[in-house]
Amino acid sequence: MTLLAFSLIHLIPGDPVETMSGERGMEPERYQRLLHEFGLDRPLYVQYFDYVWNVLRGDLGTSLTTHEPVLKEFVTLFPATVELALFAMVLSIAIGLPAGVLAAVKRNTVADYAVMGVSLTGYSMPIFWWALLLILFFSVQLGWTPVSGRISVQFDVPAVTGFLLIDAWRSGEPGALRSALSHLILPSVALGTIPLAVIARMTRSSMLEVLREDYVRTARAKGVSRLRVIVVHALRNALIPVITVIGLQVGLLLSGAILTETIFSWPGVGNWLIHGVLARDYPVVQGGILMIAAIVITVNLIVDLLYGVVNPRIRHG
Amino acid sequence: MVERTAAPEAPPESDPVMPRALADIAPELDPALAAPSSLREFWGDFSQNRGAVAGLAMVIALVLVAIFADWIAPHSPIEQFREATLTPPSWHEGGTTKFLLGTDALGRDILSRLIHGSRLSLFIGFISVTLSLALGVVLGLLAGFLRGITEIFIMRLMDVMLALPSLLLAIAVVAILGPGLINAMYAIAIVLLPHYVRLARAAVIGETGKEYVAAARIAGAGPLRLMFNTVLPNCTAPLIVQATLGFSTAILDAAALGFLGLGAQPPTPEWGSMLADALEFIQRASWVVTWPGLAILITVLAFNLMGDGLRDALDPKLKR
Repeated sequence: MTLLAFSLIHLIPGDPVETMSGERGMEPERYQRLLHEFGLDRPLYVQYFDYVWNVLRGDLGTSLTTHEPVLKEFVTLFPATVELALFAMVLSIAIGLPAGVLAAVKRNTVADYAVMGVSLTGYSMPIFWWALLLILFFSVQLGWTPVSGRISVQFDVPAVTGFLLIDAWRSGEPGALRSALSHLILPSVALGTIPLAVIARMTRSSMLEVLREDYVRTARAKGVSRLRVIVVHALRNALIPVITVIGLQVGLLLSGAILTETIFSWPGVGNWLIHGVLARDYPVVQGGILMIAAIVITVNLIVDLLYGVVNPRIRHG
Repeated sequence: MVERTAAPEAPPESDPVMPRALADIAPELDPALAAPSSLREFWGDFSQNRGAVAGLAMVIALVLVAIFADWIAPHSPIEQFREATLTPPSWHEGGTTKFLLGTDALGRDILSRLIHGSRLSLFIGFISVTLSLALGVVLGLLAGFLRGITEIFIMRLMDVMLALPSLLLAIAVVAILGPGLINAMYAIAIVLLPHYVRLARAAVIGETGKEYVAAARIAGAGPLRLMFNTVLPNCTAPLIVQATLGFSTAILDAAALGFLGLGAQPPTPEWGSMLADALEFIQRASWVVTWPGLAILITVLAFNLMGDGLRDALDPKLKR
């Protein structure tokens, strides 16, 4: 983990003072003074240990634009991203898994080709464009969903959990939950498209492999129904690579969240990070990337542990 | 898998390592014998996959469009027809055949911009994949051959890079280097790097235990010769597949960076930044949004189709 932090920090800073001075540059004395002020004239390893020490104490620095602590901003915005990502994930698993199973079971039929064709297209989709198309169709043409934000302005829902769906439901205001949901649906569809395609593809190939196994034939031979063989015998074993892939999607979701949040003006960490980059707000960029990397690594660890739960062979192996 | 089990002549083609390994140890014996047959075998496998052939055709078409952009494009990509801003596509009401796909907010011909944009996208893909592949292969070979502390250092660094979502890493690199087309290419090359390093290292470790490598070593081949002449040619299949798929990632990420304003800067006709420019006109003129995205989708789809086909044809073991 320290190695991770070390590499990240060496990857990111550059020279903020030089960037701050812009294209016109600044006088050498002022440059030196600023360097000193930010502690950037000290040896690299001193800066590094200083930063790591602060990170360990939970201090990611202060934003150069809002002058708020980076960690505080992150924590305030993170639930919005999690809500979006979770919803997108649920959507993509709920559709991708059955679609993949269907394609595998009905191999080389129209259904298979349709699922594979759609998922390959989804996999190749530039989601920022896809999001725009969704807005164009559902918001502009049909007027069904709002274009941006998390909830209509007339609702003033107290932020208890930060998850607006829960907060809106708790507030008991009529229409608040509905408004929050209608704001959530389009970004989730846009964000969930690529994971959906990946999950469908992975489920299909994994199922195809498992369906060839002897135990599947044995189960069929001893009279277990086709549906039960598919769901209980085959799917459970086919799920391991699928879970790996789902775990890997977390990183992809956070990546996609940057684009999706920008397009839908979703007040999450992705949007915040892009603004940080555009404003050259280095503490924000550095801290935000560090936090996201830590989260992705943690999730991957949890996914590793999940294998054992799904497959006893790994647990006892 | 059905068609494979149905064909009894399938087994020999599933072991492409042997003839190549032989040709490698004694290339002066009869190189002409092994090469054409393996190429024909590859084409036989590849052409069975209709999607792959379609992808290849699209890629070839795109390359041609990119090369001959100056002759194909009806107008200059940056010429502004001030009297014809936001003209709809020719088949819409108010469209003219002068601007087939319409014009953008500054009166620039969208078709011409798309045609010139294909040049940029393929260029970005080519440069970043080549950079990344070259560096990745060298690092992977080093890690696989030297093992020990070098390997640990390189692989941990790659793990860190893989832990970051690709676009986030690209944004981080652009944040350091500053926005722009060239920096976006570097950023994407860095994002793609870990995949090649891991593949090259895994292939090297898999190959070094084989007898032909031992034979070459006994015959007196030095470490560099062992790395690049003996082992590397036998690791190319997964690298070629990954490079093709890397093209689609590169084009997609470059467009995303362009869209976020971190990649190509205006007035460069880059597809992603064209989309970003179109954002404010989305309600009035949907075509300015539709076409660049469609171009990105088709290009990425073509490379993905081709990559999938290559994977199936080159490396039956990778087939999932």
